[in-house]
Amino acid sequence: MPDPSSPLPGPGQGGADKPVHIAAMAHGETATGPSGADTVGKPRSLWSDAWHDLRRRPVFLLASALIAFLVVVAIAPGLFTGSDPTFCDLSRSNQTPSASAPFGYNKQGCDIYARVLYGARPSIAVGILVSLGAVLVGGTIGALAGFYGGVVDSVLSRFADVFFAIPLLLGGIVFLSVFPDRNLWTVVAALVVLGWPQLTRIMRGAVISVRDADFVTAARALGASNRRILLRHILPNALAPVIVIATINLGIYIVVEATLSFLGIGLPPTTVSWGGDISSAQSSLRTAPHVLMFPAAALSLTVLSFIMLGDAVRDALDPRLR
Amino acid sequence: MGRYVLRRLLQMIPVFIGATLLIFLMVRALPGDPVAGLFGERAADPAVVAQLREEYGLDEPLWKQYLLYMQGILTLDFGQTFSGREVTDVLAQAFPVTVRLALVAFAFEIVIGIAVGLVAGLRRGTVFDGTVLAATLVVISIPIFVIGFVMQFIVGIKLGILSPTVSAQAPWKDLLLPGVVLGSLSVAYVMRLTRTAVAENLRADYVRTATAKGLPRQRVVTVHLLRNSLIPVVTFLGYDLGALMGGAIVTERIFNVPGVGFTIVRAIGLRESVTVVSFVTILVIVYLLANLIVDLLYAVLDPRIRYA
Repeated sequence: MPDPSSPLPGPGQGGADKPVHIAAMAHGETATGPSGADTVGKPRSLWSDAWHDLRRRPVFLLASALIAFLVVVAIAPGLFTGSDPTFCDLSRSNQTPSASAPFGYNKQGCDIYARVLYGARPSIAVGILVSLGAVLVGGTIGALAGFYGGVVDSVLSRFADVFFAIPLLLGGIVFLSVFPDRNLWTVVAALVVLGWPQLTRIMRGAVISVRDADFVTAARALGASNRRILLRHILPNALAPVIVIATINLGIYIVVEATLSFLGIGLPPTTVSWGGDISSAQSSLRTAPHVLMFPAAALSLTVLSFIMLGDAVRDALDPRLR
Repeated sequence: MGRYVLRRLLQMIPVFIGATLLIFLMVRALPGDPVAGLFGERAADPAVVAQLREEYGLDEPLWKQYLLYMQGILTLDFGQTFSGREVTDVLAQAFPVTVRLALVAFAFEIVIGIAVGLVAGLRRGTVFDGTVLAATLVVISIPIFVIGFVMQFIVGIKLGILSPTVSAQAPWKDLLLPGVVLGSLSVAYVMRLTRTAVAENLRADYVRTATAKGLPRQRVVTVHLLRNSLIPVVTFLGYDLGALMGGAIVTERIFNVPGVGFTIVRAIGLRESVTVVSFVTILVIVYLLANLIVDLLYAVLDPRIRYA
């Protein structure tokens, strides 16, 4: 493991060390795109450095391609299939894959290929919405706790501890088992309520680690308001670990949603979803294992993509972990 | 040390009160009516509803209901299920089964996880190491219920080596397959943690010193390297024991294990929210206690924590 403070050799590093990037960032250098990244002598920001590094990683490219494809499927599943996932014909119950239905038919005689495609939408939507919600709620609370410290920190952190004490799946079960009618939004709400404290802890730690940096003192000396210091100087430098964890968690939220649907308290049975389909395939596992395998494979591949993406982004943003 | 223990115990009180209050509020303050759920599609008889509401204290103001609920937790009296059995009786029957299931999973994690992680860490960068990394990533990505079904299908049905479901008494032999499934996610984490710690400590000064002293490699690895590398693994395992009790919900449903998770799933199906809440509360308490014990143990193991 290379010493983090020493200049790192190799094409992805450019010879400049990390604090320079952070300082450059803090002074408002644009962080988007690879443009200018190869200019000699000009220090790259943390983000463009990470991007420069990521473009060369096969794992990142593979995961991004898979996720891009999944998002397209989630938005427009009709592009890939002409059949209706809710049209079922019992006469073709549990038929194995054939030319007309590449994944075969399930117990009710519905086209599994169409159901797998249409099932992407709720899973991806839950993953993205819960991640966004948890970053917004958890990130805001964590940033305030880390920035102000003292009593504000104590109160907010103890508050987060309470939510943190309840495991995601158990809390989700309690929360959702009492809702009379469940839909996508109740599942999202339950997971955000239980998922935000983890991001609060990470954001708080990251904010504390840059709160006393020289560029913050400099901004304060120049008369910047607390609000400006927090939003313009501290947040851009504290966001990296939060983004990494949020990406990895996106996959985990998808698993929890599928698990809840599998237990019968996630998405309503009328929604075409992977968790629900896996659950109903259980009864014919002995005679027709393909009914279970296809939605299960789609679910696992989706989760794997997000975890790989998160791992790659973490490696790029934090060279110390290499 | 004493001060650390005291502080940790005191910190536990608000978290405990807060967590139980949160569970309570989620259930009681939300729109759903726990009694109405009992009647399913049928119209409820108002007299029966009124009687049930009184019996379960649902006609009291919210704060009083919370006090009753707390009193129940502290006196270990969780009331009755809607079918009239004492919750504690149901628990006494189901809890030992879940504990045994969790122990099987735990043993699997320790033996396989640490052994494979150690070998991978010692041979970092080899094909074996790469395979372990890729395999653990795949296992982490596959939801536990999918692993459960696949194992049940292959091991239990196709090969017929182990029983695909668990019989009523839940003998150890039947719990082997569900235990491995339950532990499969954590075993991947244990492997990765052990691998990273071993690979890192391999370059530590004390390992070089031990080797320079002329100690045999086996002794350097087992006594010097492994012992120091296991600190983060022990922490993870401790937290995991609590998490396994909750994770058992899915595994128990797949393999029909008559444990706590199975009872919770059945209560959800019957819309018995009172039972669900009691059981989940107990699991959360077990989880909190496990975390507390780990923190205290950790302070014993690692002096840096104690004096921090």
